Amino acid sequence: MKPAPFDYLAPTTAEEVVSALVELGDTAKVLAGGQSLVPMLALRLAAFDHLVDIGRVAELRGVERRDGALWVGAGTAQATIERSAEVASAVPLLARATPLIGHFQIRNRGTIGGSLVHADPAAEYPAVALALDAGLEVLGPDGRRTVPATEFFIGLWSTAVGEQELLTGVTFPLWDGRCGFAVREFARRHGDFAVAGAAVALELDGDDRVRRCRIALFGLGSTPERATAAEAAVTGAVVGEVDLEEVGRLAMSSLDSVPSDLHGSSAYRRRVGGSMVARALRAAGEEARGR
Amino acid sequence: MTVVREIDVEVRVNGAAYRCGVPPRLTLADFLRERCGLTGTHLGCEHGVCGACTVLLDGEAVRSCLVFAVQADGAEVTTVEGMAGPGDELSPVQAAFRDHHGLQCGFCTPGFVVSVTAFLRDHPDPTDEEIRQGLSGNLCRCTGYQGIIAAVRAAAGQHARRGREEPTAAHP
Repeated sequence: MKPAPFDYLAPTTAEEVVSALVELGDTAKVLAGGQSLVPMLALRLAAFDHLVDIGRVAELRGVERRDGALWVGAGTAQATIERSAEVASAVPLLARATPLIGHFQIRNRGTIGGSLVHADPAAEYPAVALALDAGLEVLGPDGRRTVPATEFFIGLWSTAVGEQELLTGVTFPLWDGRCGFAVREFARRHGDFAVAGAAVALELDGDDRVRRCRIALFGLGSTPERATAAEAAVTGAVVGEVDLEEVGRLAMSSLDSVPSDLHGSSAYRRRVGGSMVARALRAAGEEARGR
Repeated sequence: MTVVREIDVEVRVNGAAYRCGVPPRLTLADFLRERCGLTGTHLGCEHGVCGACTVLLDGEAVRSCLVFAVQADGAEVTTVEGMAGPGDELSPVQAAFRDHHGLQCGFCTPGFVVSVTAFLRDHPDPTDEEIRQGLSGNLCRCTGYQGIIAAVRAAAGQHARRGREEPTAAHP
């Protein structure tokens, strides 16, 4: 055993989790699937006096239609999302991003909420939440609030969830009509964090013109980013006439903190990122045109 | 400084119940090796990269170095020791690893055998691409993987053949 000693709580309701967080303050950390937190504990990059395990809180798990949207409980395992027919039909972008996360052994434990709150800038789910304008439901001592994805990711590994708060679920708006969705990423091995990637959602009108376009980038900054200039360039255009490579370059043009490390310089990441945008756009466009 | 309690857990491992008090930071991997004496589960990296410690937790393959024993309270665990059939007959996956040189030093083998057993249960007729993806969570430093891929292909063939034979036998 390698982590520093900690005390362990396993509440069974979300309210009990919040009460524990209020009582223990910053000496406590929420343990979800543990696929990012436990390695950090084992390497002693992090240490907490208390872990509050949410694995026994049943109300945090599930996938259901609520008020014209799809609600996914924060404690729902990535593997459950991967196998869910409801997710595949209602939120295809979420379904398609899931097999790209880690390895199947990781997805058996890892949760959607853990991935979102850990907020690794190279992770898939934060980009999907951003692309689809997901609502993130947070429970705190003062009650529930919903944070839009655009306000959720505030910095490297940091989110709008406060120390005494718990992410309880994610609500994905449904896209109806002639839509297409695609995620493309480049990683050194399947399952590694992406060097760069893009998640794209497109909606066409009856004349193949782009009515709505969302492009979210990951691995290309300290948070996932929307490529708003590229989205604006695509919106209103006939989908088959879009210069995909140019849109890819445009998506990279507004980035100002592209990481550089031993797996790739920031210039290399920009080139990869531009290509991922182009490929995801092509795939999403082809799907939407076939509908 | 926090006073850390020991917590009583009960875990069924390969069909047998193990009950004891554990410190919360004890990983499931260490629980299996030190408390249950089941040293077939190997620890390589101890931070979720190598896959050597893979076990089945309630039927699903997980890295036992990334699960604390307290989280497994009440669960059913299967380790590599639980893979062989009655009379220690090798499981189809184990036999295929032996037949196709899917191991050399053997350190990573328990993790591969457990992962592949779960993978083939869920993907009985995988393509080579699916096999490679299915193996991507386990590291081997000896074989170069080709023997392992051949072993998975062979074990999958046995699965597929058995799948085809059963209905035929039921309707002669």
